[in-house]
Amino acid sequence: MSETTILNKQDMVTAKTSVSVLFAGDSGDGMQLTGTQFANTVAIYGSDLNTFPNFPSEIRPPAGTVSGVSGFQLQFGTTGVYTPGAKFDVMIAMNAAALKANLKNLHHGGIIIADTDGFDAKNLKLSGYGEENNPLLDGSLKDYTLFQIPVVTLTRKALADTGLSTKIIDRCKNMFVLGVLYWLYSLPLETTIETLQSKFKNKQDIASANIKAVQAGYNFGDETEMFSQHGRFTVAPADKKPGLYRRVTGNEASAIGLAAAAKKAGLELFLGSYPITPASEILQTLSGMKKWGVKTFQAEDEIAGVLTSIGAAYGGALAATNTSGPGLALKTEGMGLAVILEIPLVIINVMRGSPSTGLPTKPEQSDLLMAMYGRHGEAPMPVIAAMSPVDCFYAAYEAAKIAVEYMTPVLCLTDGYLALSSEPMLVPSPDDLASITPIFSAERKPDDPPYLPYKRDDRGVRPWAIPGTPGLEHRIGGLEKQHETGNVSHDPENHALMTRLRAEKVARVADIVPDLTIDNGPEQGDLLVLGWGSTYGAIKKAVEQAIEGDCNVSHAHLRYINPFPKNLGAMLGNFKKVLIPENNCGQLLSMIRDKFLIEPVGFSKVQGLPFNEMEIEAKITDILKEL
Amino acid sequence: MTDTLAQLTAKDFTSSQEPKWCPGCGDFAILQQLKNAMADLGLKTEDVVVVSGIGCSSRLPYYIATYGMHGIHGRAMAMASGLKTARPELSVWVGTGDGDALSIGGNHYIHTVRRNLDLNVILFNNEIYGLTKGQYSPTSKVGLKTVTSPNGVVDHPINTVALTLGAGGTFVARVMDRDGKLMRDIFKRAAEHRGTSVVEIYQNCPIFNDGAFDAFSDKERKADTTLYLEQGKPLVFGADGTKGIRLDGFTPVMVNLAEASKDDLWIHDEKDFIKANILSRFFDDPNTNEEFLPRPFGIFYVEERSTYEDALTAQIEKTQEKGEGTFEELLAGNSTWTIG
Repeated sequence: MSETTILNKQDMVTAKTSVSVLFAGDSGDGMQLTGTQFANTVAIYGSDLNTFPNFPSEIRPPAGTVSGVSGFQLQFGTTGVYTPGAKFDVMIAMNAAALKANLKNLHHGGIIIADTDGFDAKNLKLSGYGEENNPLLDGSLKDYTLFQIPVVTLTRKALADTGLSTKIIDRCKNMFVLGVLYWLYSLPLETTIETLQSKFKNKQDIASANIKAVQAGYNFGDETEMFSQHGRFTVAPADKKPGLYRRVTGNEASAIGLAAAAKKAGLELFLGSYPITPASEILQTLSGMKKWGVKTFQAEDEIAGVLTSIGAAYGGALAATNTSGPGLALKTEGMGLAVILEIPLVIINVMRGSPSTGLPTKPEQSDLLMAMYGRHGEAPMPVIAAMSPVDCFYAAYEAAKIAVEYMTPVLCLTDGYLALSSEPMLVPSPDDLASITPIFSAERKPDDPPYLPYKRDDRGVRPWAIPGTPGLEHRIGGLEKQHETGNVSHDPENHALMTRLRAEKVARVADIVPDLTIDNGPEQGDLLVLGWGSTYGAIKKAVEQAIEGDCNVSHAHLRYINPFPKNLGAMLGNFKKVLIPENNCGQLLSMIRDKFLIEPVGFSKVQGLPFNEMEIEAKITDILKEL
Repeated sequence: MTDTLAQLTAKDFTSSQEPKWCPGCGDFAILQQLKNAMADLGLKTEDVVVVSGIGCSSRLPYYIATYGMHGIHGRAMAMASGLKTARPELSVWVGTGDGDALSIGGNHYIHTVRRNLDLNVILFNNEIYGLTKGQYSPTSKVGLKTVTSPNGVVDHPINTVALTLGAGGTFVARVMDRDGKLMRDIFKRAAEHRGTSVVEIYQNCPIFNDGAFDAFSDKERKADTTLYLEQGKPLVFGADGTKGIRLDGFTPVMVNLAEASKDDLWIHDEKDFIKANILSRFFDDPNTNEEFLPRPFGIFYVEERSTYEDALTAQIEKTQEKGEGTFEELLAGNSTWTIG
């Protein structure tokens, strides 16, 4: 965050490389919408961007209370934006509860824009500050830069001549604040105005009122003396690869990744699914993609979600199911069936916190060992983990490619943090995407030799014979199969052989897994920080900062958990120490220790919160001190 | 085998695998009639998929020379639903049992029935768990002594026909494993019905529950204990057709035709939902209840209702009226911007 100051005629403008903003208010204050508008504006402006919504799990929690606070966090900037930001530089507090709930995560000296109308006696009481204790007035915020704006009052004034009811006018207060923020960061209003016009296409008065509010907020910035001491800020656009961009959340990206894989493979996509937080948006997104022939089946339960998918896969569809931890537990028997059937299937597990219902809206990485080993019998399957919202697209796509080309179920791990975070995605062209080639058996004539549904190719992969193809009639099932014929067999030697063949096939996926590369830092040295999944952004930032601080540290990030990249063992050997930060109690750590017989340093965080870069950087420094 | 236009025979539907059911098992008769019906229907082996769960009956797919999938316990309906949704043109049959469909798979059963996918469900009901060696099932009669109910079953049994009607079934029938001709005909009707067709078969398990349905098959008793439903015909039963059923409001009344006129009898109408529901409650056990109504066999109810897959296909076609989405549109979505 290097700062340079430029003085121009009217006011002072400070350039920043990145800014983290939190929009916080009551659940009914429209904070998600406001944050999304700001995100769209900076994305189109060309910034790097990462967003994260933080809302209560209850649908309508008590208004004005801390439990009812809804937040939308984003970081935008010229470089170095890998996360929504560990702490915010700017916080919008629409009421007292919003301030109370989030102040601890505001940088020392950070900016607070407070709607003073949300700090009346009632709000102060509900927030828990107490009617008599207004933090805006009692000096407790002296370490911050506090801007107090009577947002409701000013919005009512600006919209007084619209003839709309006070209730409707008050709903525009979030747009007023947005206007102030656009002024403060020297951003254009056009994107938001266009969005409002199209969103309220059939309600012209509402569109006009919202537009007027956002303009009034912007003009307020121009006219008020409030900001004269601090001036405005600019954040230059990022040096992004030219091209077409869209903004995606991890869940949207997962959904599009599956649909793209089906298109590329020339298959129909079938998703069997049951709603569960935080995975439901995958089903929701795909249910709206009928234009591309996507079929979604909202099943009666998680079990039917996976079993309908297995049925569809037998019928020749690219089949997938998505869920979160409790649902994964229910799907395990079905996943074992897919293993023994050797049928393509993608399972996307959006991990959340804790066993049982636990922390449904909070992320964790604690299903890794379940993904690896959580099935009865010897039932290996490839496991891929996405490392960013955009990477959810590629992880789902690659999971589908492996499933189809290796005739196996594949588990794709994302988590609640990636699922709901968003970032700009460079839209690939269809030709940029890796090929996906199903191995369909061709029709047979009556006098051809008998069809062998479990005859394997040189990679150990059996063919896909789909119903409707003459001459390939065959029966498959969960009972152990005879090698090649697929007939039921309880022969001891055959079971040993089939167990080995299924495992070897999954192990051979390593042949198409790219070598792991060092993301940042030297190829060998004192410390390797090995991450997987959604910790990517925090580790990347932490290692970047540590390297700037002259630490001898490197970062590598695993996407392929099973099988591991072939060079992983050699890479681990190039460092004196290996640090594995995980949002679990050391699950990758035990896999690495088990496989490579080394003793990495674990760093666990199980608070239902992602890591922040400061924590990881501190850990890096501590370890290097001891070396 | 498949290129020829000649109609296939039951033999063409016979797979190379020898059935491994116990001698005397009712499953053999069901397998034979199923193959007969498939041949009668002019089906091609490559267009048929038989899906099953777990249990003795669920071995069915291995013995039929079509495509087949033997799944996991209770989930046949779910697998078949996914397959049919993905491939509506296939002829999909489900082989399942009372434990598979009504106990561990009960949830899938009711939801599949209500969705009305065009599936043909053959529910082998032997009122016992056979493959796990003789535990009572959700259709076992109260008092049945088994290895897990040494003092007799205390659970109230499921009435399959009533459950299926309650779940919104559009084709509901019951038949005995011994009634080969009727079974074959009902299988054909089930296949021709567009929607989920449920055929419950009383199937004798000679090892663990032998004689469970003797009350309906004993020479001496069956005339009085069974009622064969025929569309448009009065409900007549008993030796030489001497008894009938009349409706008094919503109450079925047994009448002696020596004293009452046949013209007053209940005429079976398989399109009548209310009557089907009343018929489904003819569920007395003649062994324990002296005042029993005869047990109906045949087709209880048929309703024409849009299938799940037809409705879904219609939605897809509607969204594609102005053409299918392109790959580029799929990747770009609705809202994009350009940099550089």
